[in-house]
Amino acid sequence: MTMTGTISISRPAHAPGTAAAAGQVARRALLKYIRTPSLSIMSIVQAGMFLFSFRYVFGGAIHTGSVSYVDYLVPAYVATIVLFTGGGIAVAVAEDRAQGFTDRLLSLPVPRLSLVLGRTAADSSTNVWSILTTAALGFAFGFRLPGTAADALAAFGLCLVYAVVFTVVFIVMGLFAPNAQAAQGMSLIAFVFAFISSAYVPADSMPGWLQPFAKYQPITPMVDAVRALLTGSSTDVGLALAWSGLLLLVCTPIAVLRYRQA
Amino acid sequence: MTTTTGAPPGPAGPLIEATGLTVRFGKVTALDGLALTAPARQVLALLGPNGAGKTTFVRTIATLLRPDSGELRVLGHDAARDAAGVRREIGLAGQFAAVEPAMTGRENLEMTARLFGHGRRAARQAAETVLGQLGLDEVADRRCGTYSGGQRRRLDLGASLVGAPRLLLLDEPTTGLDPVGRREVWAAVRGLAAAGTGILLTTHYLEEADELADQVVVIDHGRVIAAGPLSELKASVGRDVIELSVADAALLDPAADVLAEVSSVTPRLDRAARRANVPAAGGPAELGMVISRLEAAAIPVEDIGIRRPTLDEVFLALTAQSQPVERSRA
Repeated sequence: MTMTGTISISRPAHAPGTAAAAGQVARRALLKYIRTPSLSIMSIVQAGMFLFSFRYVFGGAIHTGSVSYVDYLVPAYVATIVLFTGGGIAVAVAEDRAQGFTDRLLSLPVPRLSLVLGRTAADSSTNVWSILTTAALGFAFGFRLPGTAADALAAFGLCLVYAVVFTVVFIVMGLFAPNAQAAQGMSLIAFVFAFISSAYVPADSMPGWLQPFAKYQPITPMVDAVRALLTGSSTDVGLALAWSGLLLLVCTPIAVLRYRQA
Repeated sequence: MTTTTGAPPGPAGPLIEATGLTVRFGKVTALDGLALTAPARQVLALLGPNGAGKTTFVRTIATLLRPDSGELRVLGHDAARDAAGVRREIGLAGQFAAVEPAMTGRENLEMTARLFGHGRRAARQAAETVLGQLGLDEVADRRCGTYSGGQRRRLDLGASLVGAPRLLLLDEPTTGLDPVGRREVWAAVRGLAAAGTGILLTTHYLEEADELADQVVVIDHGRVIAAGPLSELKASVGRDVIELSVADAALLDPAADVLAEVSSVTPRLDRAARRANVPAAGGPAELGMVISRLEAAAIPVEDIGIRRPTLDEVFLALTAQSQPVERSRA
């Protein structure tokens, strides 16, 4: 090992800008995802098993009126896929905190917003990948588009919005979890919202006392909006977008503040 | 502003000035009116038992914690009012190697350099320089998940250097490393100190402070209990200990009186184990004196011997010494 006494590194003239810092934070999270192939492989396997179970095991017992169950199931699963994969985001955020990576970032002169933005950008991108692979699987399991390609594109766009929203929600969970296991546990709450909604069974089929929750929690209008867009109707999209905006507006500042006091 | 780590700029003011620094976590007071000054361009070792407040102090300097009261200036910047200014001057290497295992050593350093504010080109140069400086050229393009513990710690150290900080904060930089890894990190720290970087390091190990530090500060229960050049502290507390045990509990006090007579220090008693010890200022000759006086007084002992002090005893000795200081302050 050579040690020299005359190293010269210049000192940066100023702190990094928000975009530049967010770019670095995002790049690292993406490289980690890409270079750990098991992460994406597992999410595809999980999606395949899920669709198989609901399409062929439970599907026959669920009545969805005039729509075939596979056409009812796939749009909902694509729209809510991040609720099932997002635990990984919470775990990664909690691990960064537990293992000193977040401390390192916070000791650097980076704008705190860039930590949230970078993480969100990276995880939203990996979620786009999840959405695409899940949609492809959906077609393989027999899903057919009810409307035009343009309708499908609009529905896809809405799924992207959800991906960003859910990503921020899971980041907040990871920031409040004391450790990775707890983050994993906390992220299970997303299952409650995913299942007690109109996503996998019509809410009308649930017992009366459960229906108010199923109908008025955000996932139901979000899923309904994707289904509506697929058939060329945009009537139900407003409420879904309002929920998305609300969740983003609440969770982003919480995440930034949490980083500030970390 | 363009400067080098070789010749830090600006006034040679203190690295750290803390007065009355208090940090609480709920009911626990982690730092309790801590006061210390770290002179420029020195290696200051912060020594103390677990839970003494070492990590809390480092995290407060690194602006990761906000003090509840007191004042903290880091290279002249007020840590409470100008946290951003502090962050531009410091590099932090915590207890864990905070590097991304899925990225190569070079990628990690370039990322951190960019986050310090370097442009792409300057970041590449800074990474290259640091890799050479820490002897990591050969593994630079391997993912650091494959590194040895020592290599990973050195990379972590490197990541704190790419912004050319004037103060490096090293929190237990060698905990969990094998002797080889430990020596690698020591060599790196020594090289940095020689190049003029101010360093604050925390450690459990007297030996580590011995190897690296110019000044030592011992803290316990969130306050400074001793400070000064290591040689001075060692002269006062680093002595061997004469320890005896007696079979009959009634004989412990008479035996302890003999120890007190010979060493003129109040012995430490452990009544449950029927043991007593004192620092042996006079070395083995003093042991001989104790034995002959015990014989003269007809006090039978079960066991008697001379040994190196444990870290606990060093801390205790320092706590005892710091009592007059505490009183004069109050």
